[in-house]
Amino acid sequence: MKNSMDKMNGVERIEAAFANEDSVIKRPLFMPYFTLGYPDYDESLAVVEACAAAGADMMELGIPFSDPLADGPTIQHSTQVALENGMTVEKCLTAVAALRARNIHIPFLLMGYINPIMAYGIKRFVADAAKAGADGFIIPDLPMDEAAELIFHCRRHNMATIFLVAPNSPPERIKIAVKLSSGFTYLVSVMGVTGARRNVASDLADFAARVHAAGEGRSAVGFGISTPEQAAQVGQLADGVIVGSALIKAVDAADDKAAAAYNFVAQFR
Amino acid sequence: MDTLPNKFGAYGGAFVPETLVPALNELEAAYIAAIEDDSFQHQLFGLLHSYVGRPTPLTHAKRLTEHLGGAQIYLKREDLAHSGAHKINNALGQALLAKRMGKQRIIAETGAGQHGVATATACALLGLDCVVYMGTVDMARQEPNVFRMRLLGAEVRGVDSGSATLKDAINEAIRDWVATVDESYYLLGSALGPHPYPTMVRDFQAIIGVEAREQMLGVHGLPDTVIACVGGGSNAIGIFHEFLADENVELIGVEAGGMGIVDGKHAARFADPEVGRPGVLHGCYTYVMQNVDGQIALTHSVSAGLDYAAIGPEHTFLRELERAQYTYATDDEALAAFQLLCELEGIIPALESSHAIAEAVKRAPSLPKDHVILINLSGRGDKDLDTVIKQLENGAGGEA
Repeated sequence: MKNSMDKMNGVERIEAAFANEDSVIKRPLFMPYFTLGYPDYDESLAVVEACAAAGADMMELGIPFSDPLADGPTIQHSTQVALENGMTVEKCLTAVAALRARNIHIPFLLMGYINPIMAYGIKRFVADAAKAGADGFIIPDLPMDEAAELIFHCRRHNMATIFLVAPNSPPERIKIAVKLSSGFTYLVSVMGVTGARRNVASDLADFAARVHAAGEGRSAVGFGISTPEQAAQVGQLADGVIVGSALIKAVDAADDKAAAAYNFVAQFR
Repeated sequence: MDTLPNKFGAYGGAFVPETLVPALNELEAAYIAAIEDDSFQHQLFGLLHSYVGRPTPLTHAKRLTEHLGGAQIYLKREDLAHSGAHKINNALGQALLAKRMGKQRIIAETGAGQHGVATATACALLGLDCVVYMGTVDMARQEPNVFRMRLLGAEVRGVDSGSATLKDAINEAIRDWVATVDESYYLLGSALGPHPYPTMVRDFQAIIGVEAREQMLGVHGLPDTVIACVGGGSNAIGIFHEFLADENVELIGVEAGGMGIVDGKHAARFADPEVGRPGVLHGCYTYVMQNVDGQIALTHSVSAGLDYAAIGPEHTFLRELERAQYTYATDDEALAAFQLLCELEGIIPALESSHAIAEAVKRAPSLPKDHVILINLSGRGDKDLDTVIKQLENGAGGEA
């Protein structure tokens, strides 16, 4: 499977990963998030590589921004440190290319805020990200109403556009989000910012059902999920599970960052 | 559902997490319903009159005019509005709207503390719970306003992240709102942020211009020039708006020039094309101070209320249309203007408003005596006394 993924790109590579879920692994995909450049450039690459080695099915790679208003304290801190270390959009793309050069073929989704991407130029960003080996984008402060330019360029490069839906999204917005998302639709499991929560939201099953009823397409759940138990629970409702802050905390607590990331991801497999 | 235009030309919009989209739509619908409801307007207007003290006076600054030796200078006295600044116009309007929407918990951000005080005031008046986010740097330089908010029953939450100023307070307020959107109302204090805030805040502040225009017609005729300071830009858009159709009235917004444009320590979004470029901050596409990589720049101003990286989207549009012009005053110029108004008119202006006065000080001497400058004196300066004393001890400002 992974051998064939190296020749794919963008939406195709993401779809292959989900197809693998159906036919081979028969469980939801595990998609950790990690901030590029944290705790520094080299360590962040080592962490991503370790996640892939431990069996992460897909990864979200964070592009740091100075004012991450959808993020809780853990990811805020990681992005601030990354920026202090001189991380830039350009270096994030270099990091993606470097990871591909290490023969890592799982899908990479770049997750970041719109202003640094606008500053880079949306058209140029999509083209360069495709060239570097990224497969799609998650931009939490770019709701679909404002995303026409990004969608246009992504379609040309076969890059995935992943839109978020929230528990309070009305049916008509969920429908459009599912339609405009390629790869999967991102279900924000809780009202609030990223970061660990004690319990999985009680209304998640109902929310997931509303998203599935809105149209064809894959879904993944993120925000607030930190333990294998929560992931297993959420995994019954969606095709993928996203864990971010808990991975960063695990890495923070250890001297050997890559080993900590490996062990963390392995618990979810 | 009824909607309002969500952009000013290319600027504005709503670049927010999906969770906030339904909340902003609900807010827009509630706002439209409120302004079409006579009883809401009646209630708001009644409070603006009996509680805020509107209309605020228009003062002919005769000794300042004489001192500068040119244009006549008039002051729109928002410093005399209850709670000390124009901020109450918007805070009261939005607090009434929140009450109408059945939201008991109010979240606000504040820079100089004036919006926080105005919000705490409105919440006390209307029996609403109030949480105000404020950067810890701002809390230190505007301490009296922190006490004031607490006395008024608000919970003030210090924000340490980033530059610990207004931008970071807004980040935290938005994060709070995302998590509590069902029960909370976000009472944004300036004409910025995601739609519908820039439109709604402007509408609530437009009373400044409506009154000022009528008052000017009563004593003289239309002014030739209207000057206001611009942080986010709510007092400026408030006084500009009623004059937009008067094409011969020039409109001038004054940004914070801080320690000077060359040093990069300022908050003049329009003055420095290296740093001030279109981008997105806090849900709004407008001019934003940022580095080449799109990271939001740290700003500097002696006045906390102007110390912000983005400017309201309608100002960006008015500048593009060439209907309004934007310039800046440095910290030193604002301090000198502050002292001048104290000595010549017996008015202690806010450091924010002092930037507008500084621009009049530059222009008036070379203008004829029949030229009329109207300044929006957006707030009073009691809150700034500590800052001013420290600055003067360090040798800033000085004799004008």
